[in-house]
Order: sequence, then C-alpha cells, then structure tokens
Amino acid sequence: MPIQFPEKPGLVVYFTVGDPDLATTHSIALAAIDAGADVLELGVPFSDPLADGPVIQRASERALRNGTRLRDVLELAAALRVERPESGLIVFSYYNPILRFGLEEFCAAAEQAGVDGVLVTDMIVDEATDYLQALHRHRLAPIFLAAPTSPDERLARIGAVSRGFVYAISRVGITGAQKSLTEDAEQLVRRLRRFTQLPIAVGFGISNPEHFAAVGEFADAAVVGSAIVAAIERAGPKDAPHAIARFIQGLRRDSREPAAPAR
Amino acid sequence: MAGTATQERAGRFGPYGGRYVPETLVAALDELEQAYDQAQADPDFHQKLDELLRDYAGRPTPLYFAVRLTERLGGAKIYLKREDLLHTGAHKINNCLGQALLAARMGKQRIIAETGAGQHGVATATVCALFGLECVVYMGEEDMARQELNVYRMRMLGAEVRGVSCGSRTLKDAISEAMRDWVTNVRTTYYLLGSALGAHPYPTMVRDFHRVISREARRQIIEKENRLPDAIIACVGGGSNAIGAFYEFIQDKDVQLIGVEAGGRGPQLGEHAARFRGGAPGVLQGTYSYVLQDENGQIALTHSVSAGLDYASIGPEHAALHDSGRAEYTSVTDAEALEATQLLARTEGIIPALESAHAVAECVKRAPKMSGSDVVIVNVSGRGDKDMGILARELRLSGAE
Repeated sequence: MPIQFPEKPGLVVYFTVGDPDLATTHSIALAAIDAGADVLELGVPFSDPLADGPVIQRASERALRNGTRLRDVLELAAALRVERPESGLIVFSYYNPILRFGLEEFCAAAEQAGVDGVLVTDMIVDEATDYLQALHRHRLAPIFLAAPTSPDERLARIGAVSRGFVYAISRVGITGAQKSLTEDAEQLVRRLRRFTQLPIAVGFGISNPEHFAAVGEFADAAVVGSAIVAAIERAGPKDAPHAIARFIQGLRRDSREPAAPAR
Repeated sequence: MAGTATQERAGRFGPYGGRYVPETLVAALDELEQAYDQAQADPDFHQKLDELLRDYAGRPTPLYFAVRLTERLGGAKIYLKREDLLHTGAHKINNCLGQALLAARMGKQRIIAETGAGQHGVATATVCALFGLECVVYMGEEDMARQELNVYRMRMLGAEVRGVSCGSRTLKDAISEAMRDWVTNVRTTYYLLGSALGAHPYPTMVRDFHRVISREARRQIIEKENRLPDAIIACVGGGSNAIGAFYEFIQDKDVQLIGVEAGGRGPQLGEHAARFRGGAPGVLQGTYSYVLQDENGQIALTHSVSAGLDYASIGPEHAALHDSGRAEYTSVTDAEALEATQLLARTEGIIPALESAHAVAECVKRAPKMSGSDVVIVNVSGRGDKDMGILARELRLSGAE
C-alpha cells in the first residue's frame, strides 16, 4: 500500500488538478513527490466548492475554465502511478462529479489508474453504504474527515470504516490559511486515537514550517492544501513546480531541526 | 424516532434527500433535528407559533374567488390563496417564525440566512428584529441589483446583508456562502434556511412550517365550494411554497398538484431553471435531488426573470413527488410570467411576485380548457412590490403612459 508515512511527520499535499493547466499540474505533482510529499491529494475541480475558502475556490474556477474533468484527474493518476510507483495517490472530490461519472464506473477507473484512496468532502459515514461497497470492490481506501465537532460516537464510526489514514480537521471552518493552530487539533487527534490504529493526518490551515513541526508533535502527518495552491497561484505556470518543490523542502528541512517527534 | 435504524431513513423522500455535508456540520444538524423533534412534541411551542402566525403575520390568509380572472379565462373557477397578504409580503414568514422560535429554544443568538429574491432575507431580518437576534443575510450580487428594494428593507430591519460575488452571484452562491459561514461559526450560529432544500432536517422542517398553507386552503375551499379543488398550482424554486400548498392534499388523490418551474428564456442549459426538464439526479448543497448540471457533474448556470426561482436544484420531496407521478411539474417562460403579472394586476387589482406569476401563468394556460364546474387554487406566494423595477423595465411602464 503506497499510503504510508515512513518519515514522521508525513506530508500529504493537496492541489487542484488543471490549475493552472494539466501539464503544469503534472510537473507540480512530480516535483512534490520528489521533494518529499508522501501522499498526493488530486483535487477534482467543482463549480460549487462550499467547504473551501477563496484560494481553492479560485483554483477550481481556473481549472474549470480549462475544461478539466474527472477523467483528466484519473489520467494524471495513471501517469503518476507509472512514473512514481511508491507515492500515495488519492482522488479528492465533491460527490456530484463522481455520481455523474457513475460511482461504480469511477471506482473501476480509479483502480485501473492505480489510485490508492478516495476522499469525498461531502460524503459522511451515515450516507456511505453504497459508496463504501463500491470502494471496497475496487480496493480503494475510503478516507473520511473527522471534525472537532464530531462526538466520540461518530469518531468511532469514522475510525471503523476508514482505510489508509484518517483526516483530522484542525479547526471548524473552511479550507484556508490561519496564523496559529488551535487546541482543537490536538484534542481531536487524542480522541481519535482511541478509535483507530490508522495514521492520523491533520489538515486545514497548515501553511508553514512551524505548523508542520507542531502537527508532528501529536499527529502522524500534516495535510497542506491552500498554502500549496496559493504558492502555485503566486508563481505562475512556468515557476510553479520549482516553487512547490522549494516550499516542501522548506517544510521538511525546518521541521527537522527542532525534531523531537512525540510518537 | 430515536433508533438509528429509523434515523437512517428519516430525511429521505424515496431515494432523494439525505445529508451530504462536511463532517463539521453533522453534529449541528443532529442537534437541530433533536431540538426540532422536541419542539414538535411540545404544545407550548405550537401555541406560541400559532399566536405569532395569527397576530403578527396575519394568518389565516384569505382564499379569494377571483371572479374577473375566472370570467376572463372562461373555464374553471379560480381561487387565489393570498400568501401575498402576509406580513413582509410572502409565505416565507411562516418558516422564519417557526425557525426563529426554535433558534431561541436552542439558545442561539446569531442567525444567518441566504436569500434569492430577498423575501426570505426580509422575513429572516424581521423575525430577528422581533426576537432581538443578530442577523446576517447572504445574497448574490446579481440578486441584490435586481431586488434592490429588499436589500434596503433588510438593512432597515437591522440585518447585515453580505453580497456574494462568486459563481453566478445568485441564490446558489448565497447558499454556499451561508454554509461556509455556518461551518466556521457552527458552535454559536443558527442557519435559518429558507427553502425546502439542504441537508436533513431542513426539507422536512421547512415543509412542516409551510403546511399551514394547505391546511387552511383545504378547510376554506370546503367551506366555499363544499368540495375539494381539482387542481392546486404553485411555483417551484427550491419548493417551499409549493410543498406547503400541496402537502395536506397529497392523500386526496383526485386533487391534481401542479408545480411550475422557471422556463426562463428557453430550453437550452443555462437559459432556464426547469430542473425536471434537463436536470439529472445529483448532490448539491447537502441534498440528493434533481440538479441542472453538465455531463461532467458541474452545476449549470440558470436563468429566470424571477430571482426566487433561479436555482439549479429542487427540494428533494418534489423530486419524489415527481418520480411517483403524484405531482406534475411544468414550466412557463419569463415572457409568460410577465404577461400573467399584468393580467392579474388588471383583472383583480393584485400584483403578484414574479415567482408567483409563474403559477398564475400556468393557470392562464389550463383554466380555459377546464369546465365551469372545475375548481383551481393558485398559490399567490408573494406580492410584486419588490419587482417594480423589473416590471417597469420589462413592461415599459416608464414615461407618462
């Protein structure tokens, strides 16, 4: 299973596929893996991303203007699987593009492409019966979000059906940068540990080496999304792959210095 | 209702409905569902709500026999359910009073809402003033421009109106922005959703607060005609006035239920908001229902002259009523709705909201084909004051006519 975090903390990187264009996304993906990302979340652009802040909204708009489709995301995954067999590949989407593609057809195509797992922002365990069956049939890891507002009873259900890792949301709210991490994140990870042996990745608002190192104190991995997307936006198509590589190396290097991973 | 087995099916209408939301909101939806169930079982809650509906909002609304419109169309007897006479000018106040009472029971001090035409926003701002609650209303900038009067009304009532500039800058985008606010402030904020849409329990709760429309209309038509009507006609955006007007007649199999969607400028995707003509089942903003979308599952742009019908999805209970054939859904164009507005104004002295004018327009098509012994009820869900700017432009009312 390529979803693994050999070096603690592990790094999960999100970007929106097709932003600024498919060829650049491909280069960004390779650069991110080579710079030390353990798992890539390949974001499927959606017209109405209600869980996302302005940075990822804009990325979705740019990707959709380029005509990026779910099919393109799967083709990118297939190419990356050949080029970098050891990296974790996750499709990250809202539910409607998958429903429209066909849940079963999507899962079959994702398995074929060598995708490891699927995360659907607006899919909760309560609604997941058919979804889970389809993912299991095609050996795809279902990755669910756990929130600071989720009571223990829900964390238990999330832990029970997740594979690969559990994505702990660091705070209430939408995606986007923040100045400091709240205590919500650490508390949530501590509660989650009672219900799962899987690695726990913390995301939402992780934007700099300090955050990355801080998350490493109590979680197995950090998810960096909006900060990556913002860096792509700032750098422009030509420089984006290099900018992302530098950004990721910065996270890794700076977090190693005070390195004393708590687990 | 407490067992998980029944709870899994609660909030489903056939295959439609459910909860497709970020995990962060689930606990808040559970809390809301529980508070709503408790309120429903509490006679005190109903008594307070009934008092407010009567003394503050002006219920019951009349069921008015439209003599001159009936004569003009030369067919079925036409009755108008006068929701336009309610305080704030539309049916929306029914739901807002109910949910504001609920929010107060839950101890929430901050209310957020989305609005399309502004009628739900005005009703929300009104109940927040009445209950002394903080109020933020999200409204697409396109809708702010075309329903400017309602923006001023909300501000007059002390609400903060936040313009939404993303996407199509209409109702859909206002809902997304309200959900982003809710997911961020979920611990302190009550989301007062204004249509029979969204994640469970909203479609059920909003419908229940509007059932009073059909409860009254059923009693009133029996008093006046000593029989049930042959048809009920209501416009359908998200579907709150329609589900309220249909609900108590669903068991009366001989009563035709007719929902009217916005046909806009024509049948091409992007030019209308007729979800049952060109939409496909999908998930938008928390619920599984018919959605106007492209072949890649991206939500389509919509158009209607009436902001309140300009939305890419439809309440999940309507999707179920559509599939079962219990209700029939049709659409009328912008031009037909504008014409019907003028017709009702000049035959009955009633200027309907452009949304409600879609129901009137459908009646104009059907009534002449029915017999003089048939009875039709049209739900006039709101009044047209808010639309005078659009009407002046579209019907060339300006100048010294």
